[in-house]
Amino acid sequence: MSSTFDQIANIIAETCDIPRDTIKPESHAIDDLGIDSLDFLDIAFAIDKAFGIKMPLEKWTQEVNDGKATTEQYFVLQNLADRIDELVAAKNAAPGA
Amino acid sequence: MNLDYFQLIDRIVDLNLDEKKITVEAQVPASHTIFEGHFPGFPIMPGVLLTEAMAQSSGWLILGVLKFERMPFLAIVKEAKMRGFVSPGQLLTIEAKLEHEGSGFAVTKVKGRVGKELKCSAELTFGLAPFPDPALRVHMDAKANEIGFPLQAMTHD
Repeated sequence: MSSTFDQIANIIAETCDIPRDTIKPESHAIDDLGIDSLDFLDIAFAIDKAFGIKMPLEKWTQEVNDGKATTEQYFVLQNLADRIDELVAAKNAAPGA
Repeated sequence: MNLDYFQLIDRIVDLNLDEKKITVEAQVPASHTIFEGHFPGFPIMPGVLLTEAMAQSSGWLILGVLKFERMPFLAIVKEAKMRGFVSPGQLLTIEAKLEHEGSGFAVTKVKGRVGKELKCSAELTFGLAPFPDPALRVHMDAKANEIGFPLQAMTHD
């Protein structure tokens, strides 16, 4: 089974037409890959579907805007993969999961 | 359908918030200047207007699901297929289903039919934002009333 990072990278490559080999764990989705907010909607939909989660994009954006988090925490791809793993783990730990 | 005001949906036939589905009707006018140009001698509904009709149908569904707390704005049109001509005077029946409600966005799948014949379909993504102006909220409430939006459906959870 491929890693969370690999799954995200494949989604980004397909959704944004970015060569897969240029997408690295240390890539910043916005600063390095040039993904804009509209493309990120598409990516979020694909990630939500693939992992059965709802990425809290609005909460993350608010945290960044409020200076409580940096964009790196959510948009460097390895960090994004870690956040997704946390969301999947939380979902699986929830009652009825 | 009031093309001059870009109001494409006439009636909400069914809104099922449990299944997150809506069915609406849109009566294509028998005549309009649009049909004089699109096309002379062969009047048909432009594909962009069919797409807009699918978007407005989805919009009403999303408004219902969100209890009018946020306004959906069309952001992405995917897989828009114009499968057959829609002529002046025909009645379009459009069904939209909420495919996914994400954080700040929603995705629908929509189909438009005339009778049993599938005429158009698409997958649409909307950004969800607080109403940017109170006048828009007032307008949407009035329009909801006009097209028979079942407000009681939103109080049933």
